[in-house]
Amino acid sequence: MSNAPVDNSRRRFLTIATSVVGGVGVVGVAVPFIASWNPSAKAKAAGADVEVDISKVEPGQMLRVEWRSKPVWVVRRTPETLEALAGHEEQLKDPNSEEPQQPEFAQNRYRSLKEEYLVLVGICTHLGCSPQHLKDGAFEEQVEGVPEGFFCPCHGSKFDMAGRVFEGVPAPLNLVVPPYYYIDDNTLLIGSAEGAA
Amino acid sequence: MWKNLLDWIEYRIPMMRVAKMHAIEYPAPKNMNFWYVFGFLATIVLVNQIVTGIWLTMSFEPSAERAFASVEYIMREVDYGWVLRYMHSTGASAFFIVVYLHMFRGMIYGSYQKPRELLWLFGMFIYLALMAEAFMGYVLPWGQMSYWGAQVIVSLFGAIPVIGEDLTVWIQGDYVISGATLNRFFALHVIALPLVIVILVFLHIVALHEVGSNNPDGVEVKRKKGSLKEEEKSKFKMHEYYTSKYDIIDDVVPFFPHIVLKDLVAFCVFLLAFCYILFFKPEMGGYFLEAPNFEIANPLKTPEHIFPVWYFTPFYAILKAVPDKLFGVIAMFAAIIMLALLPWVDRGKVKSWRYRSGIHKYNLLMFAVVFVFLGYLGGTPQEPWKVIASQIGTFLYFAFFGLLWLYSKNEKTKPLPERIG
Repeated sequence: MSNAPVDNSRRRFLTIATSVVGGVGVVGVAVPFIASWNPSAKAKAAGADVEVDISKVEPGQMLRVEWRSKPVWVVRRTPETLEALAGHEEQLKDPNSEEPQQPEFAQNRYRSLKEEYLVLVGICTHLGCSPQHLKDGAFEEQVEGVPEGFFCPCHGSKFDMAGRVFEGVPAPLNLVVPPYYYIDDNTLLIGSAEGAA
Repeated sequence: MWKNLLDWIEYRIPMMRVAKMHAIEYPAPKNMNFWYVFGFLATIVLVNQIVTGIWLTMSFEPSAERAFASVEYIMREVDYGWVLRYMHSTGASAFFIVVYLHMFRGMIYGSYQKPRELLWLFGMFIYLALMAEAFMGYVLPWGQMSYWGAQVIVSLFGAIPVIGEDLTVWIQGDYVISGATLNRFFALHVIALPLVIVILVFLHIVALHEVGSNNPDGVEVKRKKGSLKEEEKSKFKMHEYYTSKYDIIDDVVPFFPHIVLKDLVAFCVFLLAFCYILFFKPEMGGYFLEAPNFEIANPLKTPEHIFPVWYFTPFYAILKAVPDKLFGVIAMFAAIIMLALLPWVDRGKVKSWRYRSGIHKYNLLMFAVVFVFLGYLGGTPQEPWKVIASQIGTFLYFAFFGLLWLYSKNEKTKPLPERIG
C-alpha cells in the first residue's frame, strides 16, 4: 500500500464521477424493463384503425363495431332525432360538450362530423358498462318527453342521442367520441382523425 | 433527523449491525486476487436471472401449444423482449462460467478444506440446483433441442432398476415428454428451484462468514485468542463478533469498501464481455442457444445430433463413455459426487497449491484440461475415436481424485509462511 497522503478532493471527484456513470448504467438497463410493459406490436396491431362500411345502415339503425376491444356504435339518426336534441338541453350536465370527451370536430350539439351519423365509444363513463339503445318511446320511462336515448343497466346512467349525459345520474361525463373520419361517403375510419393518419 | 430515523430502525431490526458484521467490519484477507471475484459475479448473475426471469414470465405461455409461439412473440413483438430473453439466456451460460471458475478457485487454494467443508457442500448443492434449474429452463421454449434434451435427461431415470420405468412416467406426467411435463418444469423453474437456490446462497454466505474467507496463501488470518501481540493485530476496526473470539492478524482489510470496489472492477470487465455476447453473439455460435431449438418440438423427428448445452457436456461425455446404461448414469452422478467429497478425499493439511507438491499442481491442471476435453467430446458429433477418448478422459477424471487421496496423506509440501506475504 502506498503511503501518499489522501487527496480528498480527488477522491470526492472520483466517487461522484463513478456514481454518475453507474447511475447512467442503471437508468439504461431499466429501459427494457419499463418499455416491455408497453403494448406489444401484436397489441398495437389489434388496436389499429377500423374501417366501417356504413352504406347499409338504415335511418334509425345502430351498427356495433369493435375498436381496441371496445364497442363502438355508429347510429344513423333520423331528422326527428336530430331535431329533438335541442329540446332537453337544460336537463344535461354538459350540453355544449365542454369536457374533452370528443375530438375538436365533434364539439357541437350533434357531437359528430356529419350530423346524420353519430359515432360513440359504447362504454359508460361511470364504471365501464355498455349502455343500451332505447328507442321508439322506450326511453320515455327514463326521461319524460325524450323518446330515444342510451340507458346503462348497471347503475342507471342516461345519455341522449348525442351521447350527452343527463343530470342526476352517476355518470359524470358525456360518452366518448373516438377520432374518426370519412374515407368516402360510405366508409368510415375509426381510430384517426383526418390528417392525423 | 437522519440519525434518529436510523436509530428508530436499528432498535427494531439490526440493519447496521448486519451491515457492519458482514461488510463494513468483515475481515477479508488483503491478498485476495482476481480468482476471488467470481462469487460476487455469480450473485450479480443470479439477480439478473431472477429479474429478467420475472419479466419473461409476463409474456411466456407454458403450454405445449403456445410455448414456442410465445417465445417468438417475446422476441418479435414485446418491446425490448429480445433484450430480456437474451439477458436471461446469456446469463444462464455466464452463470456456469463464473461458477466453474469459482469452483476451480476453491480447488487450487484448498478452500474446501477444514474448516470450510460445509461451505463447500452448500456450494455443491447450489451447483446441483443450478443444473436442474438450467435444464428445466432449456425445456421451456419447446424447441427441438428442448424436447429431445428433456427426453434424454428424463430417460436417465429409466436406468434405475425396478422403479425406473414408473419413475420416468411419473416425472413426465405422461408416457412421453408432453405439455404436462412442460407445465411442471415451468413451475419448478420459476418458483421452486429459484427459492431453493436463494436459500442455499444465503446459507453459503452465512457459512462463509462464520469460518472466514480463505486466501491464495491458505494461511488463516484468524488466530487463537491471545496469541498475537497488539502490534500484530489488524489496525482496522473489525466487528467484535470476530475479535471477541479470535485475534485478527494485520493482513486483513474490511470487506466494504476494499473488496467490494475490487469486485466492481471485475464486474465492469464482466459486463463488457456479457454485453458483447448479448448484443453481437447471443447464440454464441450455437453454444448458448442451439440451432435445432429454432424449430418447434416434434416428437416424431429427432434432430441429427443431440447435445446438452455446453455446461453439461463434460458429464454427458462421461455418460456416453460407459457402454452400459445404468453404469453410465452412475458414473455421471459419481463425477459430481466426487467433487462434493473433495474435503475428505484431500487428506492434506496445506491448502493452497502455492505451498503444495509439484504433483498436486500437475494433478489440478490435468483435471482442468480433462474437464474441458470431456466438454469438447460431449458437445461435438459422435465419432469412433471419441468413444475411446472419452473413456480415457473419464478414467483421468476419476484418477484425479484417486491420486489426490493417495499422495495427500504424506505429501511433501513447502513450509507455510507465518503471515500472508
